[in-house]
Amino acid sequence: MARAISPRKKIMWTALAWGLGLLIFFPIMWTFLTSFKSEATAISDPPVWFFFDWTIENYSTVLERSNYPLALTNSIIIAVGSTILGILIAVPAAWAMAFVPGKHTKDVLLWMLSTKMLPAVGVLYPLVLLAKWLGVMDSRILLIVVLMLINLPIIVWMLYTYFREIPGEILEAARMDGASMKSEIFYVLTPMALPGIASTILLNIILAWNEAFWTILLTTVDAAPLTKFIASFSAPEGLFYAKLSAASVMAIAPILIMGWFSQKQLVRGLTFGAVK
Amino acid sequence: MATQQSRAAARIMIAPAVFVLLVWMLVPLCMTLYFSFADYRPMRGVFDAWIGFKNYESFITSSSFLNAVGTTLWMVIGILSITIFGGVLFALLLDQPMFGQGIVRILVIAPFFVMPTVSALVWKNMFFNVDNGLFSYLYKFLGLQPYDFLSQAPLFSIIVIVAWQWLPFATLILLTAVQSLSSEQLEAAEMDGAPGIKRFWYIILPHLSRAITVVILIQTIFLLSIFAEIFVTTNGAFGTRTLTYLVYQRVLESQNIGLGSAGGIVAVILANIVAIFLMRIVGKNLDS
Amino acid sequence: MGRIQLKQVKKAFGDVVVIPPLDLEIEDGEFVVFVGPSGCGKSTLLRLIAGLEDTTAGTIEIDGKDATGLPPAKRGLAMVFQSYALYPHMSVRKNIAFPMKMAGLDQAEQDKRIKAAAAALNLTDYLDRRPGQLSGGQRQRVAIGRAIVREPAAFLFDEPLSNLDAALRVGMRMEISELHKKLATTMVYVTHDQVEAMTMADKIVVLQAGVIEQVGSPLELYRAPRNKFVAGFIGSPKMNLLDGPEAAKHNVQTIGIRPEHIDISTTEGLWKGTIGVAEHLGSDTFMHIHGIPGCDPLTVRAGGEVSVKHGDTVFLTPQAEHIHKFDKQGLRIA
Repeated sequence: MARAISPRKKIMWTALAWGLGLLIFFPIMWTFLTSFKSEATAISDPPVWFFFDWTIENYSTVLERSNYPLALTNSIIIAVGSTILGILIAVPAAWAMAFVPGKHTKDVLLWMLSTKMLPAVGVLYPLVLLAKWLGVMDSRILLIVVLMLINLPIIVWMLYTYFREIPGEILEAARMDGASMKSEIFYVLTPMALPGIASTILLNIILAWNEAFWTILLTTVDAAPLTKFIASFSAPEGLFYAKLSAASVMAIAPILIMGWFSQKQLVRGLTFGAVK
Repeated sequence: MATQQSRAAARIMIAPAVFVLLVWMLVPLCMTLYFSFADYRPMRGVFDAWIGFKNYESFITSSSFLNAVGTTLWMVIGILSITIFGGVLFALLLDQPMFGQGIVRILVIAPFFVMPTVSALVWKNMFFNVDNGLFSYLYKFLGLQPYDFLSQAPLFSIIVIVAWQWLPFATLILLTAVQSLSSEQLEAAEMDGAPGIKRFWYIILPHLSRAITVVILIQTIFLLSIFAEIFVTTNGAFGTRTLTYLVYQRVLESQNIGLGSAGGIVAVILANIVAIFLMRIVGKNLDS
Repeated sequence: MGRIQLKQVKKAFGDVVVIPPLDLEIEDGEFVVFVGPSGCGKSTLLRLIAGLEDTTAGTIEIDGKDATGLPPAKRGLAMVFQSYALYPHMSVRKNIAFPMKMAGLDQAEQDKRIKAAAAALNLTDYLDRRPGQLSGGQRQRVAIGRAIVREPAAFLFDEPLSNLDAALRVGMRMEISELHKKLATTMVYVTHDQVEAMTMADKIVVLQAGVIEQVGSPLELYRAPRNKFVAGFIGSPKMNLLDGPEAAKHNVQTIGIRPEHIDISTTEGLWKGTIGVAEHLGSDTFMHIHGIPGCDPLTVRAGGEVSVKHGDTVFLTPQAEHIHKFDKQGLRIA
């Protein structure tokens, strides 16, 4: 827009936006601050904002005297594992559908989408039964498989939309330049597809990390990731706000950072490309 | 370039994904279907392989079912209203010229990336809690009696928690849509003499309608399966029992597998109806 | 080297026949232009020669050998795409080197050819940049450079200048023509712009709906178009075609006369009409005349400046030796 925007208007919008933004962000900020308070300070009346004795005792308590490290390991393994498994299955499928489209490609894609809409409670008991029967209840491998299955449609869709954006002419140019199928894939297609694959991986790790149905119901102790670990704070004894805050900050920090970098991917992935 | 050879190769490449999802859909679903026609209560040692539609009958005619449907409806509608309304406003706001827009975006987007258990517990303990929550301090500061959100307005509390989490999603989607509106359309309207409000109503809003529809449909799919937030706050008590939670309780808490399975099938059918609409929109987008 | 023969080549997509069986000979070293309106099949024909599409029937021979079943990589041809199709993740140097890498040439030979191509195309300073950092014209040259180093039997160009602005287009046109003279390799060039066709071609192939309407040198097509379509397509502004009483005077269905072959006078002439729109370019003046039976408006070109304005009455005389005659089927009558 080439028109001059009055600085007064700009300041007005800035104030309004920042005000509302900080309001929305407040709970996260408050959690962050509380994590550095002592339990007594955390519930002080009136509440304290910035000026108190900052301490990291909550962090050390949570890290040393609870299952937090195990839960963190589980979250990482499950999130990364299900993502990698999903990518291995999805890349060939999305590749084939994007570059060799057939009569039924659209139907297959829509069907995959529909599996994502299956309510989890509809298959809850059979899954519990199967897990017990196979002896994999409360195991990381079970969750890796289950989370891969529920996110596979999103992975396939995202990759499909990214692959479709690779201009066909560039692949034809590679063919004219004498590239065999293998060379075409290795030297041209893959480098051009990597950014899309990376974005998909990023979004999927976020979704798997935050998944809070199967991770809660299919685990007890051994494979419990952070979602379940935090859930155990729902009715503890004694003062716990500061410790809850510390645990929460550690649970959400990596994903918050990843999330800030993946806004565009979020839009594409969760609307199945319907909004770009 | 699709030749015979490449078509065969393509089919092989799609096979694993299709196979895996097919098994995922059919096997557990068929098992649930099977159990729905049986009377199976393992805790009491009861197993009767076929009782016809009795489970469905009892599930649908029970008062808890109607309550659950009502609760689910209220919850979804409440959350949708807040997120769509707020999302449109935020989208328009973030589209205005300002300083530090990138940072404001980050602030507004953040809640979506917080895991549901953390959101729920932070809100439950640090905001809603009647003794130590921030809201009660606010009330006391204003000279009022602290309000016990979670026991006096539990559904509302959960709506607030989930709406806080999903507002960023709606905002982001709608902001993307707002920014895709070509400035030329708005400039033409300005030349035609339309003031700001009219430009919003006649040009921006219709353009957003498709994005709003997508947001509504996708959020509904996800909102129907809200679980963790209820699990860690009220555990379904005080009228916060959605259909999902009802089925969960029947299956895993009271362990009436037959009844719970029937409930699960009912939930699947209802979800499918919503899904059909979403697929039509996405399908149309595929053609473009 | 570089002789291409199409024998009864047919292309259908499902039931839709896009190119009915056609024959075409392209001699070694010729600059052949496929020209025609949108959808006439010229790009499809080029892609058939390239091997990017399979023929439904017929054979394509390159230097006497049957290439119909060969994949593009093995036909020894090079193609310059409309969108240039450069590899975005590779530098200019790597882009140009790619075909040689695929052919397994040793590094020394690759470097030699890259240096030569870069010098010929003024790309030496840009070798380490990425396509995203180049302008349209530069990208165009990289695409050409990538084609040159293959030392192909023939070059295929698919509307390469469409994405450039007008001034750049004129410059690139000349560069491509110069390149042709220098390399003396066969070039097959597709365009919808008949000016490009006229200025660059040794031989023009005019296509409509997949059918070859005429093959000939630019001046042949200008002087003796085989039918009304070619007559109207070649030459800008279009040839005036008149039916009715004027054609009847010559005992034919239609006569044609090009705007530049009509004499104009304010006092006397064969036809009388009124000036509608007059376009004054300084170098030429184009006048659109109303009131001539059989053709409304009639376009006339006069050299230099002519001071006429809207509404003036003028008299026109077509130059008799330049009148074209067409029969009821639209075919040329000698």
